Amino acid sequence: MTIRGIRTALAVAVTVLGAGYASAQGFAPENPECIAPADPGGGWDFTCRQVGRTLQDLGLIDSTMQVVNLSGGGGGVAFAQVANERTDDNDLIVAASTATATRLAQGAYPGNTMDEVRWVATVGADYGVIAVAADSPIQSLTELLDQMRDNPESIAIGGGSAVGGWDHLKVLIATNAYGIEDVRAVRYIAFDGGGEAVTQLLAGSIQAFTGDISEAKGFVDSGDIRVLAVLSPERLPGEFSDFPTAREQGVDAIGANWRGFYAPGGMSDDAYNAWVEMIATLYQSDEWQQVMSENGLAPLDLQGDEFQSFVADSVAQIEQISRDIGIIQ
Amino acid sequence: MDVFANLADGFVIAMTWENMLFAVLGCFLGTIFGALPGLGPSNGVAILIPLAFSLGLGPVASLILLTSVYYGAMYGGRISSILLNIPGDEPAMMTCLDGYPMAQKGMAGEALSLSGIASFVGAFIATWGLIFLAPQLVRFALLFGPAEYFALFALAFATLGGISSTNQAKSAVAAMIGLGLACIGVDTQTGVPRMTFGEVHLYDGIDFLVAIVGLFALSEVFIFLEHRHGQADASGKQMTIGRLTPPWSMIKSCTPSMLRTSVIGFVAGVLPGAGASLGSFLSYSMEKQIVDREGKTFGKGDPRGVAAPEAGNNAAAGGALVPMLSLGVPGSGTTAVLLAVLLSLNITPGPLLFTNNPDVVWGLIAALFIANFVLLAMNIPMVGIFTRVLLVPPRYLMPAVAMISFVGIYGLTGSSFDLLMMIGFGVMGWVFRKLDIPLVPIILGTLLGNQMENNLRRAVTISNGDWWTLVGSPLAIGLWIVAFVGFVLPIIIGRTVKSRMRRDAESATVD
Repeated sequence: MTIRGIRTALAVAVTVLGAGYASAQGFAPENPECIAPADPGGGWDFTCRQVGRTLQDLGLIDSTMQVVNLSGGGGGVAFAQVANERTDDNDLIVAASTATATRLAQGAYPGNTMDEVRWVATVGADYGVIAVAADSPIQSLTELLDQMRDNPESIAIGGGSAVGGWDHLKVLIATNAYGIEDVRAVRYIAFDGGGEAVTQLLAGSIQAFTGDISEAKGFVDSGDIRVLAVLSPERLPGEFSDFPTAREQGVDAIGANWRGFYAPGGMSDDAYNAWVEMIATLYQSDEWQQVMSENGLAPLDLQGDEFQSFVADSVAQIEQISRDIGIIQ
Repeated sequence: MDVFANLADGFVIAMTWENMLFAVLGCFLGTIFGALPGLGPSNGVAILIPLAFSLGLGPVASLILLTSVYYGAMYGGRISSILLNIPGDEPAMMTCLDGYPMAQKGMAGEALSLSGIASFVGAFIATWGLIFLAPQLVRFALLFGPAEYFALFALAFATLGGISSTNQAKSAVAAMIGLGLACIGVDTQTGVPRMTFGEVHLYDGIDFLVAIVGLFALSEVFIFLEHRHGQADASGKQMTIGRLTPPWSMIKSCTPSMLRTSVIGFVAGVLPGAGASLGSFLSYSMEKQIVDREGKTFGKGDPRGVAAPEAGNNAAAGGALVPMLSLGVPGSGTTAVLLAVLLSLNITPGPLLFTNNPDVVWGLIAALFIANFVLLAMNIPMVGIFTRVLLVPPRYLMPAVAMISFVGIYGLTGSSFDLLMMIGFGVMGWVFRKLDIPLVPIILGTLLGNQMENNLRRAVTISNGDWWTLVGSPLAIGLWIVAFVGFVLPIIIGRTVKSRMRRDAESATVD
């Protein structure tokens, strides 16, 4: 008790004294732990491991970040454990992405809601693309959407997520923005991963592909597929700058698969602020910018309250679309 | 030729002391990962990723380490199948069917060496296939749409009768149970959870490894507990090891089987939606129909029944690298992990990989050859050590099996729910063994059921509900014909064989 009291007092003192590094100095995780809510080798696992490694390289944490794989329920097992059991663990963050928000919106984590945890920050985003095979007669996003509206049976669009998952929702965001009312007119075919969907696009089984930019990149370079639109607010930097955005074609659709972290709901403000600051410092570092460019991650820089309301907005949006297509009642 | 020049470059890249060391280390670790129930090739590779990263290895060295683990685990899976009747991972399941009976006949050493040789043949042929046929094979893989995949899975189930030698009805029941288990989880085509009872642990469906370890390993432990006071401890289960290397005549008689099944396995591996389990399964059941039509020897310790699935699953492992490298589409769980590694090394697999990163591709192919020879050299002499496992009294062995099972599964998922589920599968396996219901079709149903259903529904959705799409291409029709023949032929042949036997018996008594 007294030790904790002294520590709090010290923390307060430091907070008062130091301006910039206040929160980072006030709390330092003793045994930093990152839960990857999936088996090793997946996207969440890589988020944890790369962030953990970079944090240590930058000297932001003293000890190695321990990565724990807690798979099951598309992240639901981990969410339930953090929201119900480890509610006040100050050393813990959990990898999350748009898939987390999607499942929260659709009630796929039974008994849990997004308010039960604290949303920390993003570390980047993978923007959605809509593409067709190189030999397809369709040249622009509006052409594709026109055809989907006028003759829905002629277009089957495939992606790597389940029905109601993020790849499906991206198309629906685009059709919604274009004023196609009947969301059921979109014939979405779910494949096991974006790579398989692209293969079926090349095989001619489906007419269009919805996925993330990183999934499409290799096939764009080889000239096998043509990107009709990238769902980012403005054109992406670097080698992706050739892709037209949906916005410049008059379709106000944005779909970012963000990657980031949440923390237990009962985490102390000190610890929460320290984590937010740590991830923010990480994001600004050259090392992390390097990781982002190597992994095809686009900029998306949201922290603390800003991120919290961003997640709330996207949960609300996804909930609305899911209701429209009948995934949830 | 261009290919050989490239390959020579690849060997120059791969043949450094450091890389060779990683190859040997990877092969050794992989063999152990493969042999331990609960740790398969995909977890083996995933576990070593952090090691590769923290050592700061370059792309070539990381790939050599990880593909050595991959090939090593494919080799290693057979060891526990043969010695303990517990498959180390999914593709090694078919090896139990004849491998364990061979061990019981005192031919454990021969079974292990023979399967090592078969693994080598399969992987060796597949690596050459990868070199010469990769570009053409990509075009072949593109012929497979959802309708064709559905026909392929139907073909697998049509030949299911081939794998159980005793009661067809019981293996059909087992397959149905497997298909039922495959339904559990969120349905990808509608996003609706099925048979999950609101339990979030079931949303992703049942993990094959939990099912396999429960059904095979734990049920074995339960059987042991049941017989604890009986003969098990004493002389009853004492097995003889026999000679360690197979006679030439055995290798010779298995060679045609190995060659045929290497091709089948390779093709199954190349198809992104099929994979090594389907490869070893088709290899076994096809081979049984070719060399053992009367069902006399397969399933009772026929060496060809060991050689066939081992050549098949190792060839499939090589084949699975084709779509991963040239399309960026993983053909199996392990290649999915390797793909993630490539991406994080800033190498984008896909149509341009062979031109953009020739050093990586050819270094990798050279590494596959090296790993293959290392594994052969490592596995044959180690047969003597492996077989010692049989000399361990069950009262020490079985608790160790139980411990490894629990630690393996918990280490994988970190969830106590999966441990409970594994115990449930163990009890189920124990009951089914009592009822003489084969366990292999259950796993096959679980493994293939999801894929089969998804492809059926994809095909029909794409065609707007027109079921004729299922026979809409020459390839699909061809697959259906093979499936039909594979289903009907054993029934007809079985009947004629039986009646001929009866005639023979009658004429014998008359004489």
